Amino acid sequence: MLLFIALPIVSVLTQSVHTPHDAILMTVENCDPFGCKQETTVDVEATQAIRNAQPLGQWSGLQVYLDRGHLAVDEVAIAWSESESIGEFFSELNNLPFYRAMGFTLTYTFTVTPLLIILGFIIAVAVNSLHKHLKGLVIFFSLLPMIVTPLIGSLILFWMVDSRGVVGNALQWLFSDPDLSLKASTTLTWITLIIYGVWHAAPFAFVVFYAGLQTLPTETLESARIDGASRWQQIRYVVIPHLMPLVTFVALIQLMDNFRVFEPVVGFSAEAHATSLSWIIFNDLGGDTQLLSSAATTSVLTIIGVSILLSPVLVRTWRDFQEKS
Amino acid sequence: MASNANRTPTGIKLLTNGFIVVWLVLAAFPFLWTLWGSFKVELDFFSIADWTNALTGERTFITYGSSFTGAGYEGAWVQEEFWKAVFNTAIVCVFVVGISLTLGTLGGYALSRSAYRYTFWLLIIALIFRAMPPITLVSGYMLPFFEWNLWGILPTTIVVLVAINQPFTLWMLHSFFQKIPKDLDESAKVDGCTQFQAFRYVIIPVMWPGVVTTGLFSFLLAYNDFAVTSMLLAKESQTMVPKIASFLGTTQTEGNVMFAVAAVVSATAPLFVLVMIFQKQIVGGLTAGAVKG
Repeated sequence: MLLFIALPIVSVLTQSVHTPHDAILMTVENCDPFGCKQETTVDVEATQAIRNAQPLGQWSGLQVYLDRGHLAVDEVAIAWSESESIGEFFSELNNLPFYRAMGFTLTYTFTVTPLLIILGFIIAVAVNSLHKHLKGLVIFFSLLPMIVTPLIGSLILFWMVDSRGVVGNALQWLFSDPDLSLKASTTLTWITLIIYGVWHAAPFAFVVFYAGLQTLPTETLESARIDGASRWQQIRYVVIPHLMPLVTFVALIQLMDNFRVFEPVVGFSAEAHATSLSWIIFNDLGGDTQLLSSAATTSVLTIIGVSILLSPVLVRTWRDFQEKS
Repeated sequence: MASNANRTPTGIKLLTNGFIVVWLVLAAFPFLWTLWGSFKVELDFFSIADWTNALTGERTFITYGSSFTGAGYEGAWVQEEFWKAVFNTAIVCVFVVGISLTLGTLGGYALSRSAYRYTFWLLIIALIFRAMPPITLVSGYMLPFFEWNLWGILPTTIVVLVAINQPFTLWMLHSFFQKIPKDLDESAKVDGCTQFQAFRYVIIPVMWPGVVTTGLFSFLLAYNDFAVTSMLLAKESQTMVPKIASFLGTTQTEGNVMFAVAAVVSATAPLFVLVMIFQKQIVGGLTAGAVKG
């Protein structure tokens, strides 16, 4: 485990402080009957030789971190000093790929997580009041959106919300706007992705909450009822406090999972409007030119983001462990 | 539970039941729709003229003389050689589950029985690694694999998937082993077993429920993975998910979308069966603690 996860992180770190070698240029004089011209060409052999000798590339320090594709310190400073309002500053920021991806990733994480907790809770309460024989069937269908491969799930939904698909068609008819397409506008794409995220992750919250409801002490509920608590008050003052530890658990797990949102962006082909941090890495790695150092830099920044999100969990686990021992 | 106080008023009952129906439609309808549509031609699946075409398969009838056609499946499985991808997926899943379970059982057992402090740190490290997006690790693997000429083949991918899987397997089996009382192997040792014999004859017979659940989740991880397999496998040895993604690149010609639809349905079918058989274990595993693939 250490070998295969710790080493790659080290490898990512080293790659992120290197850049590929510049191509070695050479100047050739070409003479033909109409005169002589100097041409600059890439010396392929020499470039290849130096690339083979030092596959990592040249040492560049933190340069890659600060360039336009990542933290873009210069551009941010210019935007800050030149824009007159906060709004303008943010729209400037939105033009930089890293910040745009960051913006989407954070928006996605912090809208999907609360929504899926609420939805999961409502489903759990509703299923809990069902007849026993129906429960198994309902749970079976509820698990499907979560179990299915994320890429496949997002593809299935994508085909449906396509302007020619059934949901897309229904929406066009509903708003009587034949040109309505969810793919064309940034806001609508974001909403679609967020709806997918909730659809995909709500079953997880549902299952956890449903299990929590099974351990709900009936005496407390009964005494609340005797004291005249209404149905809503029972849920508000008995059920929700009982489930609170589970809510934190689900919230933490989902924060981590949503932060690495990736497959839906590919599945919905939403790159033009919404990119996530993971997608930037994927994009840098794939394609014809593999920008390894750029990908590595984004990876390091993502890892830092994850650790910030994760710190509350670590503190909590540490406390649990202290109590146990 | 049949006391008067527990009886729900009809209004609320209707409301909750209505909500359940809405949720079921949301959860299941996309799958049923795609399954139904996969037997049609593209013009019906994306019903431009009239959405009822997707149900009746009018265009499909015109083209093939019947409102169902297996053309999409034939195209995907035979023409695009989707069966190869299925075969690769099977290999990857079997090996990933096998290896990570073997390592996880031994490691989890050792961690749960060890009283030293470093076990805590090992588990914490495992937790941190679990939180890493796999794609960030992939970018670390790429360069060394290119250098050593290991890129693009199945064994490399299996090793990487096992490594990514391991923290999670370790966590889960650790908590399962902690539920097995220590007295059990202590009494075995009193009876003269060595540590290994205690594990072999006492723990292995009672550990299966935990192992099955963990195996299910590592299977799902290997099966569902897109980031690792799409980056680390060459085109000839792709598994199902990157294969489907590569169908999408060539969707412009008619029929290719239907290949992808058929492939998607084929890839979802095993998961359906899995949920049907192992529903209890999946629910149990999800609620067991720090889990989720």
